[in-house]
Amino acid sequence: MNTTTEDSTKRRAASFSQASSEIVVTNISKSYGAGPFSKQIVTDCSFTIESNKLTVMIGPSGCGKSTLIQLIAGFESPDSGTITMNGKPITGPGKDRLVLFQESALFPWMTTWDNIMYGPRARGEDDAESVELAEFLLKKVGLEAFRDKYPQQLSGGMQRRAELARAMINKPEVMILDEPFRGLDNMSKELMWEYYAGLYEEDRNTNFFVTTDIDEAIFLADRLLIMTNLPTSTRSVIEIDIPRPRRIDAIGDNDRANEIKAEVMTQLHEEAMKSFSGGSKAAADFLDAYSKRAG
Amino acid sequence: MSLSKFSDKLFSRAALRGIFAICVFMVLWEVGARSEQWFGYRFPFVGLVPPPTDVLVSWSGLIGDAGYWHSWYKSFLRVFGGFTAAMLIGIPLGLIMAVNKSCYGIIFPTFEVLRPIPPLAWVPASIIFWPTQELSIAFVTFLGAFYTIVINVLGGAKSINKQFIQAALSMGASQWDIFRRIVLPATLPSIVVGSAVGMGITWEVVVAAEMISGGGASGGAGGGLGFFIWSSYVGGSYEQIIVGMFSIGIAGYISSELIRQLGGKFTPWLKTR
Repeated sequence: MNTTTEDSTKRRAASFSQASSEIVVTNISKSYGAGPFSKQIVTDCSFTIESNKLTVMIGPSGCGKSTLIQLIAGFESPDSGTITMNGKPITGPGKDRLVLFQESALFPWMTTWDNIMYGPRARGEDDAESVELAEFLLKKVGLEAFRDKYPQQLSGGMQRRAELARAMINKPEVMILDEPFRGLDNMSKELMWEYYAGLYEEDRNTNFFVTTDIDEAIFLADRLLIMTNLPTSTRSVIEIDIPRPRRIDAIGDNDRANEIKAEVMTQLHEEAMKSFSGGSKAAADFLDAYSKRAG
Repeated sequence: MSLSKFSDKLFSRAALRGIFAICVFMVLWEVGARSEQWFGYRFPFVGLVPPPTDVLVSWSGLIGDAGYWHSWYKSFLRVFGGFTAAMLIGIPLGLIMAVNKSCYGIIFPTFEVLRPIPPLAWVPASIIFWPTQELSIAFVTFLGAFYTIVINVLGGAKSINKQFIQAALSMGASQWDIFRRIVLPATLPSIVVGSAVGMGITWEVVVAAEMISGGGASGGAGGGLGFFIWSSYVGGSYEQIIVGMFSIGIAGYISSELIRQLGGKFTPWLKTR
């Protein structure tokens, strides 16, 4: 019995590590509203979510990152430009690209177990294999004792883990995470970083992670995309060559990490100032002078 | 609920406070009603009302009266008939308006024009339209709950978190699956609230309708609680008017509690908050 469980555990783990998918975003633009009220959110934006890497996107808050996620997930389409996955254009939502939203999107009327089983059941795959996989994931996210609890009864961190399990059961080729740990307290946030990084290091699937938190970005990323202020486009790409597995307590002393952090902060500071001054030249000059004096 | 839990609840501070308040109210009422007899001066307003002890005597005389209980039965029948019809028609209507834009465009304007018309304004028209008195009362009762249920279902279904739908879509759910396992359960709390409010309105309406229409062809004992009050008034039995009023209060409370209990069964996740 013990060996069969171990075998199936290995098989489960193996079944996660086969996907290799790349998303290429080319010159996309997107605006909302019509006529004089139209607002350009994304302009001429290009980047690649490389296969089997954890790409983190960081930018000032309100810079249109969530819009980019809506586009990549296929809930909306760009005004111009193309988004392709493995060479094929994205036309709508699909289970090959799963999104974890900012706020918990666990269904409040379903228990942890029913939430995890939602995807397979919705596709009519409510079979022994899915149940076995759900059991495996439930254990993996450490929620066996909370199988029959409703989301309201779980802590913030548990909710995020349940959501990870609900996404992973669908074996997505690309996992898209939109500021998933926002709103958690610092302690649970750091635990979730380590936990999530561990999950990623196990299977090295393609992950796309959006955040406004510099420490989070550097700790998690293989590649870091820094976005400009509105309208959004890609400002720069930094390869984060800090070896894995990374540890929270060690990253503060890592020289390379601190070097990257200083660089990212400088770039983000410039973008944030543009956002803060709201396009006013006078405000921007004032802020610039002020930050030079303060710095 | 176990017995000890029940007795805990019964003798809890909040319950005792409630019982105390009711007692004070009864005493003040009794004193006020008997003011002329006791002090030789009639208190304004309350001095004309029959005292609670007389009401209780009158009530105890009615406990064994089949006609009185038949009034209960009649009103309950109308309330639950109209209410069930309002649920059966109102819930699907609200849902279809929330889900389908063209249905919304077609139905909603008409609905909004009809909605402000108080159910009681329908009484004369429905007496003319419907073949029997019974049907016209049931129809007016139905209207009382119908609008509230539709508005609540519509509002509930429209305010579903967009991310729930998007999450389901990206996991490969079909439109039908999203409706059945996302939209419907997400709307259930609003359905329960709408039903509870609708149930209250149903009682208000049924009583008034019974008074106006004379309580059905059989008249007298066959007329429901509204007619019971009305005939007590006509017959000059003021104690019975009060008995009828309290009967409706109790009947309404039982009905709302029934809805709440049933609603709680359908929405178990809300209890965990």
